[in-house]
Amino acid sequence: MEKALLTATLVLYAFTTLHYLVYILYRNEKVQFMCRLSLAAAIVLHSSTIVTRWVKSGHFPATSLHESLSIFSLLIAAGYLILELKHNIPVIGAFVSPLNLIFFLAAFFTQELPKPLPPALRSHWLTIHAATSFLGEAAFTLSFVVSVVYILQEREIKKKRMGFFFTRLPPLNKLDDLNYKILTVGFPLLTIGIITGAVWANYAWGSYWSWDPKETWSLITWLVYGGILHGRLTAGWRGRRAALFCIVGFACVMFTFLGVNLLLPGLHTYSSM
Amino acid sequence: MDIYAVGISYKTSPVEIREKLALSPEELTKLKNLLSFHIRELAYISTCNRVEFYYWGDEEGIEEIFTFLEEAKGIPKDSFKDYFYIYSSEEAVLHIFRVASSLDSMVLGEPQIVGQFKDAFEDCSKLGITGPIVNNLMSKALAASKRVRTRTGIGESAVSVSYAAVELAVKIFGELDKCTACLIGAGEMAELAARHLKDAGVKRMLVVNRTLERAEKLAEELGGEPLPFNRLNEAITESDIVITSTASQTYILQKEQMNEIMKKRKLKPIFIIDIAVPRDVDPDVEKVENVYLYNIDDLEAVVEENKRKRQKEAQKAEAILKEEVSKFMSWLKSQEIVPVIVSLRNWVEEIRKSELEKTLNRLKLGKKEEKALNAMTNAIVNKIMHPVFVYLKQESVKGDAKTLKETVKAMFALEDEHEDKDRNQR
Repeated sequence: MEKALLTATLVLYAFTTLHYLVYILYRNEKVQFMCRLSLAAAIVLHSSTIVTRWVKSGHFPATSLHESLSIFSLLIAAGYLILELKHNIPVIGAFVSPLNLIFFLAAFFTQELPKPLPPALRSHWLTIHAATSFLGEAAFTLSFVVSVVYILQEREIKKKRMGFFFTRLPPLNKLDDLNYKILTVGFPLLTIGIITGAVWANYAWGSYWSWDPKETWSLITWLVYGGILHGRLTAGWRGRRAALFCIVGFACVMFTFLGVNLLLPGLHTYSSM
Repeated sequence: MDIYAVGISYKTSPVEIREKLALSPEELTKLKNLLSFHIRELAYISTCNRVEFYYWGDEEGIEEIFTFLEEAKGIPKDSFKDYFYIYSSEEAVLHIFRVASSLDSMVLGEPQIVGQFKDAFEDCSKLGITGPIVNNLMSKALAASKRVRTRTGIGESAVSVSYAAVELAVKIFGELDKCTACLIGAGEMAELAARHLKDAGVKRMLVVNRTLERAEKLAEELGGEPLPFNRLNEAITESDIVITSTASQTYILQKEQMNEIMKKRKLKPIFIIDIAVPRDVDPDVEKVENVYLYNIDDLEAVVEENKRKRQKEAQKAEAILKEEVSKFMSWLKSQEIVPVIVSLRNWVEEIRKSELEKTLNRLKLGKKEEKALNAMTNAIVNKIMHPVFVYLKQESVKGDAKTLKETVKAMFALEDEHEDKDRNQR
């Protein structure tokens, strides 16, 4: 049942991606409508798989690689849909949807049955900590995509080559503003995620902070994004510089999320949970 | 009977001829007299690039148009006749569609023609010189033009230097209504660019000039604020878009200076358009972060590239029009049979009515029964005739409407259609 739902979701995400790619080529309003419709449908189906799992296992489904990837992908998709409805920037979808499809595919191929959680970790803190952290990371992913689009558009204008992207991509300032807005949502969420994590760690393991690799890298990520926002507010780091830093920030997010688990052993390793 | 397009344009005639032949508003009202047996329905359009007549009728109509122009304008027709091109049938329809889609325009894809075409069409239908066929022709031309505009990029990118500047500004800043622009120096092209920016919604306009009087005068014209030349740096710091066009022999803006300015601007992007020759801005300024510098050659290269893009899009547009023309032609062919269908329907209806009347008179029925009989006979007639009409329309589109007409007329011993009389009365 869950497998069938996931497969249907995958098909819908692939369909959405295809339509966004067609959209950026032809910019047809009917195609844009199809993009939104299929993305919304994919999100509904995807949510249902996660809710099913949540009900079945009795805890927030973010305790295995599969669960984490799946929820991360859902939050990116939902976050993007909100952005698109609010700011009407469908060309960004042509960049977000393939990336999200990769995350979802990774989730799809790491499927496993939910494992029971050790009693020490059964807590409402899991829900709050994981939800806010993933929301923050999904926001940073969107910021990464917007930054990549900014860099592409900036290059076109600076090099004076009015090519494929110039006519299709949104204006620089609009992208810059959008990126800033996303960061002002993502940064507080990550902050809450780290604080709740520390509080929860104190309950579960008896210490707020134990320099576990995941904790360390979360802190690094937090510092990078804090630096970007600080630089923006005081020294006016905007445009290209901000976009480049957001790309670096995203690399940290990815390492915190995946690299730490796959390369460095620690308390957060999914198998040890 | 066919569709004809008769006209002159910038391609075939000099402006002296075109302006002589364009009709004044009073002469427009006389167009009604042009309707005749040879010109059943008519439309007229004139822009600065063309004077054209489109009509539904036959070949003799062409001469009638020339005679009309001769009389209205008081110039012998031999003096302008040779400038005219004449298209008929499919070629005429294609020409009209191309005009409406701006494929025949001097500046390929320019948008004004759509409005002019619409206005011309409205004026003509107000005058009552159009009819069902020309009405459909004109509205299909407008629909085709809309399709071309949405499906191809023919009107998309700017093809003049000053518009290219505006387009770039929009790609950097998005909405211009929060932007400040600054005009340094004077010059036709710079002022034009400033004016376009103002039209595009720029919030504030600063005008800097070596002579304050000149700055004041220009500022008044553009609705801006004048500033003396010694406050140049200050003006640039406050502006998002800078147009420079001074006669200075040295650079008025250097890299170091720009670094300072950008620091004060907190790295807010700035778009500098240098249309002065020799250049006003050191090319190294471009290397400063978030500075976008375009000189006149850059802008002209953009315009050239855009023109090439439009040429490419025009090919796509031609394919779309071909499709639209063939759709229109099959509609037109189906119309040829319409008069026969009308007379056939009238004939059948007459029979039904007279027979019904006879029967009703004899039977002396109540109102309800009469109504029922009326509905029944109506239904019988419609059911029998429906497939006949559908068949006639289909066959007419396929090909020989004329023989079909003759056959039907002979078969039912129908009289000549009344369409000619009807049309001439209008």
